[in-house]
Amino acid sequence: MQSVWTLLSWGPEGWLDDIAYGVFITVSLAAATLPVGLVIGFLVALAKQSGEPSLRLAGNIYTTIFRGLPELLTLFIIFYGAQVGIQQMIHLYDPTASVEVNAFVSGMIALGVVFSSYASEVFLSAFRAIPKGQYEGGYSVGLSGWQTMRLVVLPQLIRIALPGLANLWLILLKDTALVSAIGLTDILRQAGVAARVTKHAFLFFGVAALIYLLLAIISSFGINAIERAVGRQQVQR
Amino acid sequence: MSATATDATKIDRPPALPRGWPRQRVLGYALVCLWIVFLAGIAAYLILAWNGELFAKYAPGYVSGLGITLLLVAISIVLGAILSVPIAYARMSKNRVLLGLAYAYVYFFRGTPLLAQTFLVYYGVGSFRPQLEMVGLWGFFREAFNCAIFAFSLNTAAYQAEILRGAIQSVPRGQWEGAASLGLHKLQTMWKIILPQALIVALRPYGNEIILMIKGSAIVAIITVYDLMGVTRLTYSRTFDFQSYVWAAIIYLVIVEILRHAVEWIERRITIHLQR
Repeated sequence: MQSVWTLLSWGPEGWLDDIAYGVFITVSLAAATLPVGLVIGFLVALAKQSGEPSLRLAGNIYTTIFRGLPELLTLFIIFYGAQVGIQQMIHLYDPTASVEVNAFVSGMIALGVVFSSYASEVFLSAFRAIPKGQYEGGYSVGLSGWQTMRLVVLPQLIRIALPGLANLWLILLKDTALVSAIGLTDILRQAGVAARVTKHAFLFFGVAALIYLLLAIISSFGINAIERAVGRQQVQR
Repeated sequence: MSATATDATKIDRPPALPRGWPRQRVLGYALVCLWIVFLAGIAAYLILAWNGELFAKYAPGYVSGLGITLLLVAISIVLGAILSVPIAYARMSKNRVLLGLAYAYVYFFRGTPLLAQTFLVYYGVGSFRPQLEMVGLWGFFREAFNCAIFAFSLNTAAYQAEILRGAIQSVPRGQWEGAASLGLHKLQTMWKIILPQALIVALRPYGNEIILMIKGSAIVAIITVYDLMGVTRLTYSRTFDFQSYVWAAIIYLVIVEILRHAVEWIERRITIHLQR
C-alpha cells in the first residue's frame, strides 16, 4: 500500500505532475475563454441597449438561447455538431477523410458563448446605470459617438460591471470542469485517471476539488486587487 | 396668434428619429434574418431528418429522462431548502465556531464545480465502503441516482443558505425592533414579519437557483444516470443522429423559459401591494 504522500508526489510514482498539467489546461482554457466572452458579451449588450428594435431582438434571442441551454449540452452540441458539420462538408470533396475537432477549441467556443450571454446581462445593467447626461455631455463637448463610448462611458461601465464580471469569472472557472467530458485533460480528468489507476478515488477527487477552491481563492485576491485599483481612480476624480 | 405660431417654430426640436435605413437598422435586420435562417434551418433539418421509426423507439426514453431530471431537481431543491435553514442560521449567528463552519461549508460548495462534487461522492464513496456497510448505507450510495441527489442537495443547500441569509438581512432592523416592542417572540417575528418580506426578495434568486439546478443536472449523465441528457447521449451513441441533441436542446429551453416566466408572473402577483 502506497502512502498518500507518494501518490501525491512529483514524478513517475506520484500524480502531482499529471494534476499540475491539468491545472495548466484548466487555467489556460479559462484565460483563453475570458477575452472572447467579454468581447462578444459587450457587443451583445450594445445590441440589447440600442434604440433599434431589430438589434434588441437579435441580442435577446442570443441570450435566451444560450442562457437556457445546459452548459454541458452546449458543449456537446458544439463539439459533435462541428464534427458532423465539418465532416459532411469535407466528404463532398474527399469521402474518405475523417475529422477530429479540437476539444480545447470546442470548449473555448462553448464556454465563451455561455459566458458572453451572461456577461451581456451584466454589461446591460451597467449601461442602464449610466445616466443619459453622460452621453449628452459627451455630445455637447463635441465628441463623436465612438469617442463618447471610449472616453466617457466605458471607464464608468467597467467600474460598475466589475463585481458582476468577477462573479462570472468564478463561474467560468468552475464550468471548465465540464470539458473533461469531451476528453480534454483538465484537472478533473487527470484526477479521474489517477483515481482509476490507484483506486484512491476520494483522495484524488478531493484534491481536485481543493485545487478548484485554491484557484477561486487566488482569483478573488486578484479581483480584490483590481477592484481596489479601479476604485482608487474613482477617488481621484 | 401669429406670435405664438412663430415662437413654436423657433423651438429647438430634438433631432427627428432616423428614417430609412441607418447603419444600425441594416445590421439589426441582417442579424434578425440570420437568426430566422438559423432557426428555420434547424426546423427544416428536424423535418427532413424526421424518422418515424426512430421517434417511436426513442421518444419514450426522452419522456422518462425528462421525468428523472425533474424528479432529481425537485428532490434536491426540497432537501437543499431544508438543509439550508440551519446553515443560514449558523451563517448569521454570533458564535464564532458555528459561523466558521457554515462559512467553510458554503465556501467549499460554491467554490468547487458541481461536477467535481458529484464525482467526489459517486467515485469517492467506494473508499469508505467498509464504514458505509457497517451503518447500512452502502446500498443507498451504490445507486448513481442517490449519489447525484446527495451531491446536488449539499450543493444547492449552500447556495440556498446564501439566498436565505441575504434575503433575511435585507429586511431592515427596524422591523425586528418594532416586533420586539409589540412583544412578539423571536420565532413569531421571523415567521410573521421577517419571512414574508424576505421571500419577496428571495423569489427571483430562488427561481434562478432552480433554473441553474435544471441546467446543472445535465451532468449526472456522466455518472450513468439516464436523465434527459443521459438519454440523449445514449440515443446519439446508438443512432449517430445529431437530431437527438437538437431535441434535448429544445426540451431544456422550453422548461427553462416556462420556469423563468412563471417566476416573473409570481413576482408580479406578490408585489402588487408595492406597486404604485
